[in-house]
Amino acid sequence: MSAAYELSHLRALEAEAVYIFREVAAGFERPVLLFSGGKDSVVMLHLAAKAFWPAPLPFPVMHVDTGHNLPEVIEYRDRTVARMGVRLVVGSVQEDIDAGRVVEETGPRASRNRLQTATLLRSIREGRYDAVFGGARRDEEKARAKERVFSFRDEFGQWDPKNQRPELWNLYNGAHRKGEHIRVFPLSNWTELDIWQYILEEEIELPSLYYAHRREVFERDGMLLAVSPFVTVLPDEEVFEATVRFRTIGDATCTGCVESAAYDVASVVTEVAASRLTERGATRADDRISEAGMEDRKKEGYF
Amino acid sequence: MSELLRLATAGSVDDGKSTLIGRLLFDSKSIFADQLEAVERTSRDRGDEYTNLALLTDGLRAEREQGITIDVAYRYFATPRRKFIIGDTPGHIQYTRNMVTGASTADVALILIDARHGVLEQSRRHAFIAALLGIPHLVVCVNKMDLVGWSRDRFEEIKEDFRAFAMKLEVHDLVFIPVSALLGDNVVDQSANLDWYDGRPLLHHLENVHIASDRNLIDARFPVQYVIRPQSGTDHDLHDYRGYAGTVAGGVFKAGDEVVVLPSGFTSRVAEIRGPGGSIEDEAFAPQAVTLTLTDDIDISRGDMICRPNNRPTVGQDIDAMVCWFSERSTLTPGSRYIVRQTTRAVPATVELLEYRLDINSLHRDEAADRLDLNEIGRVRLRTQAPLIFDQYRRNRSTGSLILVDPATNNTVAAGMIVGGEQARVTANVTWHENAVDRSKRSETGATIWFTGLSGSGKSTVAVEVERLLVEAGRAAYLLDGDNLRHGLNADLGFGAADRGENVRRVGEVAKLFADAGLVSVVSLVSPYRSDRNRVRAAHEAAGLRFFEVFVDTPLDVCEARDPKGLYAKARAGQISGFTGVDDPYEAPDSPDLVLRPGHGGPSAMADLVLGLLEV
Ligand SMILES: Nc1nc2c(ncn2[C@@H]2O[C@H](COP(=O)(O)OP(=O)(O)O)[C@@H](O)[C@H]2O)c(=O)[nH]1
Repeated sequence: MSAAYELSHLRALEAEAVYIFREVAAGFERPVLLFSGGKDSVVMLHLAAKAFWPAPLPFPVMHVDTGHNLPEVIEYRDRTVARMGVRLVVGSVQEDIDAGRVVEETGPRASRNRLQTATLLRSIREGRYDAVFGGARRDEEKARAKERVFSFRDEFGQWDPKNQRPELWNLYNGAHRKGEHIRVFPLSNWTELDIWQYILEEEIELPSLYYAHRREVFERDGMLLAVSPFVTVLPDEEVFEATVRFRTIGDATCTGCVESAAYDVASVVTEVAASRLTERGATRADDRISEAGMEDRKKEGYF
Repeated sequence: MSELLRLATAGSVDDGKSTLIGRLLFDSKSIFADQLEAVERTSRDRGDEYTNLALLTDGLRAEREQGITIDVAYRYFATPRRKFIIGDTPGHIQYTRNMVTGASTADVALILIDARHGVLEQSRRHAFIAALLGIPHLVVCVNKMDLVGWSRDRFEEIKEDFRAFAMKLEVHDLVFIPVSALLGDNVVDQSANLDWYDGRPLLHHLENVHIASDRNLIDARFPVQYVIRPQSGTDHDLHDYRGYAGTVAGGVFKAGDEVVVLPSGFTSRVAEIRGPGGSIEDEAFAPQAVTLTLTDDIDISRGDMICRPNNRPTVGQDIDAMVCWFSERSTLTPGSRYIVRQTTRAVPATVELLEYRLDINSLHRDEAADRLDLNEIGRVRLRTQAPLIFDQYRRNRSTGSLILVDPATNNTVAAGMIVGGEQARVTANVTWHENAVDRSKRSETGATIWFTGLSGSGKSTVAVEVERLLVEAGRAAYLLDGDNLRHGLNADLGFGAADRGENVRRVGEVAKLFADAGLVSVVSLVSPYRSDRNRVRAAHEAAGLRFFEVFVDTPLDVCEARDPKGLYAKARAGQISGFTGVDDPYEAPDSPDLVLRPGHGGPSAMADLVLGLLEV
């Protein structure tokens, strides 16, 4: 390989992400990395650790916790930060609800997904973070496809899609004033398949939810949702056991799973490569709200 | 192994760009069923006749409402051979900015042309920007062939038209492909409707275009990005570890290489190269992100550049660049101050001079311009507060690019491509050393004989003869032939007026040095511009050296009839442009030391006349 001086696309993507991490570490005072235990954030953390080897990660990680997590996720999160020796900051949605800063949706379809924005922005403010790494990818969604790698947020945490800074070569402009911050997306150019191929190549451990397992589920809006203390099964919804896996991990009230027999990474890669549905289309009720759902949430300051 | 290819697309509104991208995604099976369903539903609601694949790529709500693409959007698709990243840029006149943004890192530019409308002003603009940004490969898709009856003549006509313009630009690889994005002809599969077209379909071309050699593997450049110092109190191995993290911007680094660190000038060797996560690597090349350790403990920080001692970039504070202005709220004017970001440096800078504004349709240079507005392009001279370490953009897109950030708003207001600049220490701080041996002590006195005239005039033939006779007579003489020098000394120069000027200047300097060493420099160079030649004469005279200008005055029709290299034929056929005598002027000398005309006899008779100048 080296004789031809060619780089595989995964190694080119890795190099790009590593460059971005180092750029932020060199140019910002208080970066933080958003870590949910979802596969994108896991890959992001893995890349960040590689970027600074042999030094420890020069910034903490933050989890915006809706309180509606499947237990496997929290267990994985705590184990991973302990193993890597990184500092974990938790932004709790429950605290914001208890303090009356946000009002929880009611009814059987209530979700805390939208409430996360307030908690995220509060945590950024309180931690005085000036750069916030997010694991969003441009292939996920149309509004994301336009977002810069260094994405400017005003003092209210808002994104102005019509007024983005031109971003050229690898000359990222992170200039900002006090109170403003930059969202940084090192995985911008990765697709879902890239993520899985990389997990396979690097043997990265994920929460067990990503692999096929037996679980009680029910169908809602054409998606399979897990039975958990956080969702109310409606009278006309039938609970059954199935072999499923999750393609994304988010709030348990709106993150669906798919029937699958992929028990390990290699079979997930095969399945993803053959998939005919986007991961969000298949399993995220939050994106189905309206065609412009993501764009509106992003403007408010969502991930 | 699958390779990454970055593609930038451009087209005027409604040329069918979104449809074409949708088609590429769809036919390469990169569209998911739910995305397709959403698009089919919307198409039906809007009463479209066909499923509108353009909807797949129109991102933001404003676009959906106005029905146009307003910003750069990124798309991804993959085939077993390559993973593609498309920077989809809109074609609106006011959005030059977006194309520059989407195209800055592209390997291939794809320009769409509506077969019915042909080459528009905007198509030229797109071609110009692609060339300006140094995109190595240009693919022109002539779309909507279904609406021109799949006409070969129409395709050829557009091709000729486009070529005529592209010839004035620095475009190295230009390919034309007729397609129908809507119906899918020639996008992924060969089309029966276009059976007269013998090239490859678009996707096939994109999968095979050779991009590996576009990278600069010669000039080793490593801008230090971040210094890794674990400073672990417990682990003794790590206590003194100091790694220089960065992304290789050119060339190849190997463990053991001798290196120099700029701007300090300290030298050392590469001790070890580590990949991300600490993997040991034998070598590193662009765009790998690695960490280097050196054998010596020297002070290095972010913004420094590690390179090889015998191949260094320029270190300087006076930088000439082509810039594209991005801001609608302010203008670029001489005297304005910005922060320049280039490689891993960020330095305050002042715009010293706006040399000209370029009209990118006519390529006319407006030297009277006093500012650049949104989407305008011009050449500026910047003076930076601290030196930048750079190469010409055409030589290296990583070390030759910069952006300007407005310190008042923090916005990115311009992109710049470095054309050149002055080496601070050589020209500014180093004074000329008088040699210990002065000229009177050298055994012979040198001189320069400068042959100027059209291509094919016979300059080289006579010059060769002059050199031969001199050497035979025991004189040290050396022939400097313009064509030969373009292979080495001047390999980086083109044929524009500025490059020709530089060509003449360099050859003049070399001739002067040889003459100073006691040789007779025999120069054979078209050198079409009077002012360039006069500068060389002045330089010789200032150094007290003799300079003889010999004008080989062979009429154009004679030169053209000889056409020894077939260049006149090419120029007349429009295959090369800016050819002296055809579409670029030759300025005859005002007072040459000697004029040679065909009537003066053969090469040796002429050579005798020339030797008479030297009185040998
Ligand atoms: N007949 C025909 N129509 C096309 C073709 N490509 C695109 N169109 C139509 O041209 C219009 C503009 O296309 P669109 O992709 O939105 O253009 P964009 O503005 O360049 O993105 C749409 O109505 C398309 O359906 C083609 O190859 N043939």
